[in-house]
Amino acid sequence: MTSESIFSLLGTLTPQDISFVQTFENPVMSEFIDGAAGSVLVVGMIIVVGLLTYYRGWKTLWFDWLTSVDHKKVGIMYIVVAFVMLARAIIEGVLMRYQQSIAVNDPGILTADHFGQLFSTHGSIMIFFMAMPFITGMINYIMPQQIGARDVSFPLLNAISLWLTAAGAALVMISLVVGKFSTGGWTAYPPYTGIEFSPGEGVDYWIWSISLTSIGSTLTGVNFATTIYKNRAPGMTLFRMPLFCWTSLCTSVLMIFAMAPLTIATLMLALDRYAGFHFFTNDLGGNMMNYANLFWLFGHPEVYILILPAFGVFSEVISTFSGKTIYGYKSLVIATMSIAVLSFTVWLHHFFTMGQGANVNAIFGIATMLIGVPTGVKVYDWLLTMVRGRIRLTTAMLFSIMFLVTFVIGGLTGVILANPPVDFAVHNSLFLVAHFHNMVIPGVLFGMIAGYQFWFPKAFGFRLAERWGKASFWCWSFGFYLAFMPLYALGLMGAMRRTVEWFRPEYLGWLQVSFVGALLLFSGFLFLCVQLVVSIRQRDRRRVPAGDPWDGRSLEWSNSAPPPEYNFAVIPHVSGKDAFTQMKQEGQAYASPSAYEDIAVPKNSIVAPVIGIAAIAFGFALVWHIWWLVALSFLAMWGAVIARSFVTDTERVIPASKVRADHEAWLQQVRECTTTSREQEDTNSNVGRAEVLA
Amino acid sequence: MKREPLLHPGLNLGSTDEYAHNEAEPVIFGFWVFLMADLVLFAILFATYASMSVQGQADGPTPTDVFDLPSAFIETMLLLASSITFGMASLALKYKADGLHLVFWLGLTFCLGAGFVGMEVRDFWVMTQEGAVPQRSGFLSAFFLLVATHGIHVTAGLFWMIVLLVQLRVLGRTTAVKLRLMRLALFWHMLDIVWVCIFTFVYLFGVAQ
Amino acid sequence: MTHKHVETYARDFRSYCIGGVLALALTALAFWLVMFEILPDFERLIAISILAVAQIIVHFRFFLHISWYSHRDDLQLVLFTSLILFLMVGGTIWILFNLHERMM
Repeated sequence: MTSESIFSLLGTLTPQDISFVQTFENPVMSEFIDGAAGSVLVVGMIIVVGLLTYYRGWKTLWFDWLTSVDHKKVGIMYIVVAFVMLARAIIEGVLMRYQQSIAVNDPGILTADHFGQLFSTHGSIMIFFMAMPFITGMINYIMPQQIGARDVSFPLLNAISLWLTAAGAALVMISLVVGKFSTGGWTAYPPYTGIEFSPGEGVDYWIWSISLTSIGSTLTGVNFATTIYKNRAPGMTLFRMPLFCWTSLCTSVLMIFAMAPLTIATLMLALDRYAGFHFFTNDLGGNMMNYANLFWLFGHPEVYILILPAFGVFSEVISTFSGKTIYGYKSLVIATMSIAVLSFTVWLHHFFTMGQGANVNAIFGIATMLIGVPTGVKVYDWLLTMVRGRIRLTTAMLFSIMFLVTFVIGGLTGVILANPPVDFAVHNSLFLVAHFHNMVIPGVLFGMIAGYQFWFPKAFGFRLAERWGKASFWCWSFGFYLAFMPLYALGLMGAMRRTVEWFRPEYLGWLQVSFVGALLLFSGFLFLCVQLVVSIRQRDRRRVPAGDPWDGRSLEWSNSAPPPEYNFAVIPHVSGKDAFTQMKQEGQAYASPSAYEDIAVPKNSIVAPVIGIAAIAFGFALVWHIWWLVALSFLAMWGAVIARSFVTDTERVIPASKVRADHEAWLQQVRECTTTSREQEDTNSNVGRAEVLA
Repeated sequence: MKREPLLHPGLNLGSTDEYAHNEAEPVIFGFWVFLMADLVLFAILFATYASMSVQGQADGPTPTDVFDLPSAFIETMLLLASSITFGMASLALKYKADGLHLVFWLGLTFCLGAGFVGMEVRDFWVMTQEGAVPQRSGFLSAFFLLVATHGIHVTAGLFWMIVLLVQLRVLGRTTAVKLRLMRLALFWHMLDIVWVCIFTFVYLFGVAQ
Repeated sequence: MTHKHVETYARDFRSYCIGGVLALALTALAFWLVMFEILPDFERLIAISILAVAQIIVHFRFFLHISWYSHRDDLQLVLFTSLILFLMVGGTIWILFNLHERMM
């Protein structure tokens, strides 16, 4: 067999595409960094496999996690994906800040091509594989419990969505070792990303990883919206739902309507690249401006897909740690809905400079400024919730307060940018980079970290170490200001984004400060890891079996920590807002129910992992033109779906006697627990039973 | 007589099968939501086509040159007829206890759908023979993507129908199979609505301009 | 079939028949207008657009059984989708034609 026929079996893949081979053949700094990143990935995988084998974890991993369709486990797996991807993308951010801080009249350590890959993966990962999985996981875990449901409406579909997202993330990770990633930024604008200017596999990696996750997100949106519409507990009317559910609902609606334009834009780009179509090409009637249009038809609602759930988290956190019901519930709901609808009317502000007329720009500029109104309403509602509350400055609360301050600054720069003439001056400069980091870091990341701190005890049964959480908080906050405030100044001085080397010495100081900020942000991440490790080691002292460590207000706090797989032994009846607070005040909490029933829970299924693994193969094969594998993996995915539809035995029944025994045992334990006052929340006397004040 | 309350889009089973009727509500609502996402997908393709069919001809063939109206008319009639026969299949599912009616109407729907796909493939073949390939211009790229996306949906519907016919045979008329048939019905009727837009805004507009 | 079901069957059957006849008629009318060039150009485009909208409503009403009697969520969803589609399609066409005009 000649070498050529072997490689046709592997499509366009050659040994030279492996990053270690490149490092070996061309030993320069930039390649070393690339090779090192690949090694970290490979060694990390080997360590994980080794640990799993050593601790005999494979069985647990497979039966308790990977094949599980329980919304809580799916949610946790989403967040694990988010953390792994966050680790990579934050290191990339630090590396880029370092390159820029030394590359004034100096080439620095990275080649332009490598730098291009870094900003492309950093952006793509942060949006699609960090923020999206994080919010999806958070909603998955919390929302069904808050509305008093036993699971989402379509548990298996939920697992499939997770695996599609994970498959996309896996493709991005594979690109670290095999081949190169796109250098076209997270937006991948053609014609640069067309086959003419980006002939390699990089853009294809981007296209297929994004396509997989966008399909996963559409399905997630469908699932969540159906759950919230059709699966609420009796008495849980829409206007009694906690705000996190409202923001989840609006986010799901946005996912349903906004992911399709992205799917189509990536499909068109793929057709241009693979089949010579002319959607976005320079010649033969292609129109690359339509790509910008389609991308931002998705991209702007996407911003709110990410930020709304965080708004929900802040509402819950601020209300709980102020010991008050949320101020202006209805106005917050209406503001959320307004933001959701308005988000479909502003996408053009991402390309004010593309050349459309002043009237078009003016109308979209005005629409953009209008979004500030409902957002402002929310900020006032949160502030007024805190007024005269008994505020406890826990880590989650600190993140929420820092969010309020920082987000308002970011919002103001946003209103500045909404003026087309101003936008013309700072378009694509570091001012813009500063602005969107100023929205997304407090608006999404702080929200998700706050939610993680807040609900961690619910999910795992023990509290996180506040001391390390607060250390992390200070790093994130100061790190943010140090890293991104200088970028505003640099943008106004004329520094453009995505620049690998500078020729203006006056930038140097600002860039160095910004690098220090990036290091602080990285320490913030490290402290989160330390916090997790420390808390796990001290878990026996930190347990909160009664399940309500913060004097919570909504239904998810009414069950044990961690909750049973069916969430509620008996589906609660709801008669007002802040359902659990009401139950506690009326003395109804922890009362034994009069009767128990059998509970049917969905059985585990291998369909989701099969689809996920086939999806990785599918994406990889498309990237490298391995056509036999494309066909095979496509058939495997749909074959799994069809085979599944012939399975009739999909549920497992937990008998009422077992439910009764478990639930009564837990209730007995709760009744024996001493109650904790709010002052002692952070001490080990907090076992999850809150003191009820009359 | 008072109407039975409708719980979901499409033909409701109502009192003919109370159990399945109640099971149907969340399941069919979920699929309905998914169809809305699918409609957005088509809407984007339409918007792209609307601009490219005018701005992206690149001195190549124009819509008037390449569209075959009589063929589009036959395709439309086939698809419309298949929608009506699927309606009859839904009625058979709801009211006729024997499986024969259901299988007959589904089979007829399948034939009409397959005829539609066949005609469409023939149209595409004729166009490519005349040099009107998607690689020729932006207009043709947009045309082929829009119409073929619809065609692929119809083809997927045909495969789905085969699977469900097999399930009717293997599993019988269980609630799960009934609910799947009801979802396929929604899918099929929705594709017909998309086709109404295609024959109007692609074929008729293209020729009338 | 029980007596009650005979009645609902008749009504359901009638629904599909009315829908089928209306849909066929509207389609035929649209093709007739274009194939035989009945109206002046612009009016013809308007006419077939109106026919298409009418036919979409017929399909929703008689084949998908969406009406004012429907579950509130279902109808709301269709109307909300229409709003979003209008924004997306209308906005895209507006933007792209504006750009095109300015490049001519």
